[in-house]
Amino acid sequence: MGVGIEVTTLNAWYGSNHALQDINLNIPANHATALIGPSGCGKSTFVRCLNRMHETNPVARVTGTVRIGDLDIYKDCNPVEIRRRVGMVFQRPNPFPTMSIYDNVAAGLKLNGYSNRRVLDEIVERSLKNSALWDEVKDDLKKKSGASLSGGQQQRLCIARALAVDPEVLLMDEPASALDPVSTAKIEDLIFQLKAQYTIVIVTHNMQQAARVAGKTGFFLNGRMVEFDATDKIFTNPSDKRTEDYITGRFG
Amino acid sequence: MTRIRFQQSLEELKEKLLEMAGLSEQAVQRAIEAYREHDLSMCERVYQGEITINRLEREIDQAALDLLAMEQPMARDLRFILSVIKINAELERVGNAAKTISDRVRNIEKMAVAELPVNIPKMASMASEMVRKSLQSFIEADAELARTVLTMDDAVDAMNKAAFKSLIKVMEEQSQLAPQALNALMISRALERVADHATNIAEDVIFWVLGDDVRHHKSLLREAAQQGKSGESAS
Amino acid sequence: MPLPACWCGRLRAESRRPRIKNAGIQEKGLRISAGEKKLKNEHKIRAKFRALSDGAATGLAVLATILVVAPLVAIFAYLVYKGANSLSWAFFTEVPRPVGVVGGGMANAILGSSILLAVGSLIGVPVGISGGIFLAEFGRGTKLAHAVRFTADVLNGVPSIVMGIAIYSLIVVPQGHFSAFSGGVALGIMMIPTVCRTTEEMLLMVPNAVREAALALGVPNWRSVLAITVKTASPGIITGCMLAFARVAGETAPLIFTAFGNVGWNTRLDEPISALPLQIYVYALSPYDDWHRLAWAGALVLIVLIVLAVSLVRYVTSRGVLKGAS
Repeated sequence: MGVGIEVTTLNAWYGSNHALQDINLNIPANHATALIGPSGCGKSTFVRCLNRMHETNPVARVTGTVRIGDLDIYKDCNPVEIRRRVGMVFQRPNPFPTMSIYDNVAAGLKLNGYSNRRVLDEIVERSLKNSALWDEVKDDLKKKSGASLSGGQQQRLCIARALAVDPEVLLMDEPASALDPVSTAKIEDLIFQLKAQYTIVIVTHNMQQAARVAGKTGFFLNGRMVEFDATDKIFTNPSDKRTEDYITGRFG
Repeated sequence: MTRIRFQQSLEELKEKLLEMAGLSEQAVQRAIEAYREHDLSMCERVYQGEITINRLEREIDQAALDLLAMEQPMARDLRFILSVIKINAELERVGNAAKTISDRVRNIEKMAVAELPVNIPKMASMASEMVRKSLQSFIEADAELARTVLTMDDAVDAMNKAAFKSLIKVMEEQSQLAPQALNALMISRALERVADHATNIAEDVIFWVLGDDVRHHKSLLREAAQQGKSGESAS
Repeated sequence: MPLPACWCGRLRAESRRPRIKNAGIQEKGLRISAGEKKLKNEHKIRAKFRALSDGAATGLAVLATILVVAPLVAIFAYLVYKGANSLSWAFFTEVPRPVGVVGGGMANAILGSSILLAVGSLIGVPVGISGGIFLAEFGRGTKLAHAVRFTADVLNGVPSIVMGIAIYSLIVVPQGHFSAFSGGVALGIMMIPTVCRTTEEMLLMVPNAVREAALALGVPNWRSVLAITVKTASPGIITGCMLAFARVAGETAPLIFTAFGNVGWNTRLDEPISALPLQIYVYALSPYDDWHRLAWAGALVLIVLIVLAVSLVRYVTSRGVLKGAS
């Protein structure tokens, strides 16, 4: 089951660059929320603050509170624990190149010490089914390497890998931007199904995609969140003129 | 400015709609002039104009459809195109109303002249004024102006009801004038519909400019009142 | 068609709005002007020049390759010519005979080299790889990393004879005797810089996306480095080890003062031990023709053994990777 995310006065820096300024946001549980905005507006940085991946950059700094469920992720636990509860799928599919499909999906579990064969088999099958990849790979699980799949399949493999550790939140940073329309449609359908079990946050450049999958949408601009509202309101009648300028393409 | 081709397409769509608007308004005015001057040639010109109006309706709908498919308009642009499609339909019906009036005029010409207690030209000028104002509000994207049109509808409705009553009386008391009275009644109804179409156009303009759906305001109030009553009776 | 006056004005005003200039593509006529003809000729000449320079570059590349491969082939052929007839079963199974006596072999030297290289690898490979991992994954940008890299580079440049003398002072003198162990240490230390730098390079080549994928799964950094990053870079790391191995396999100078050499059979680490390069060196400098022949044979065997060792490791590891090691 998914949990809600509560962000209070979040500020983030890369060295001296104030990338996020005073972000306040409540992301509802078991919903898909989209974050849109022009390049460099901070939406990717924001999402990376939600699973403390932002810290992997040596000059990164964060202040403010992020509560996932009832846990303050910056105070109550360490980054490794958080990342097991908050999964992430990246823009470019990045399956582990030396591992088979099976090992890729099981990687999160194996590397954390799980070794019971039967349990792993079950989890791998369930994760691949949940990411709509099972039928395409069930015969080659251990024979084919993760990198030998097509782009769309690789991305679904990465989704399966993220789901295998049973997170509560799934963060997706432009998951379909490197994919063709058919693969994109498959991933979008997947997101639609997954949101019943997980809380999904999806960063996207593609507004039509945000419109298709997300119940709520937030518009980021220059490190601030300008507007956060129901998706259909944002796209038919936004309250802020900057939002309207962006979504109608009349920027600048 | 980005998306300049798209914005040009939107301007062209607007111009086409205004062309159609001009023709529709003109059709109504010609029909009323035909009634006033007993001029059958005017009726002919109305029928001619009808052909162009129908053609323009198809072109506008096609252009709007293409823009929706190809340009993925959002927010204001999306509401604009949607309003254009609806106003397009309303204008075509205004043209139809003008045609109906012309038909009635042709019918009346075959009969004897009769003095009827109904002020068709006044109704016509009010209805025309409403159409003109609603289209003006479209050109200027002025929601306030559109709202004034909404209030004018009641007056036209009242005039139509009064015409109905007095013409029925005429038909009862002076049955030899019944055919003329009936035709006049139908003309009055057509004008009342023109006023309704103008109201719809104004509502569509408000939707485009403000994102507010102000249609069926009265029936919504009635529904709310009914629910209130059933709530009371239940409790 | 005549429109109501109010509309005419509106429509004209709308039309006066500025349009895009040159919105369409102008189609030119089919006449070819003189200027265009000149341009076409120039294109032809340029194309020919390009083809020529392309061919020349290819030719130069082939020539360079030949120049690189030729010495190797030449050396190998010469070794075969000089040493092949001296090869016999005895060569591989017998120890050297005393001076003046014909026959004998270099069995002890082959074994000795193997033991020395084993000890050296046991020291050089783990230390080198660990150093490489530190430089690439944990110490990036730190002053310590700079120091480590600098040290490795300097160590790389230390002449092998100096290395031998250093180990002599550090291990042989306190121990009081020459030993295989000290020889192994000398070789191992010489392997470290190569292994370390290659490991670092290979790890840096692993795309950051792979690291992030592991981190995002909630895998601790150290585990991600070992299980994912190092594994991804392992083909390259193994190559680095092979390079270092091949280099020290042929080193003679560091062994002179450490392993010292042994005319007899020895498998103990605390006694002097023979090695192929050492033995070749001694035999080559001697005045005896018999020993010269054995030296040539030894040189040939040394090169062949190195090639075999490298190929074997390549084969074993490539099979492991294809299997999708779990």
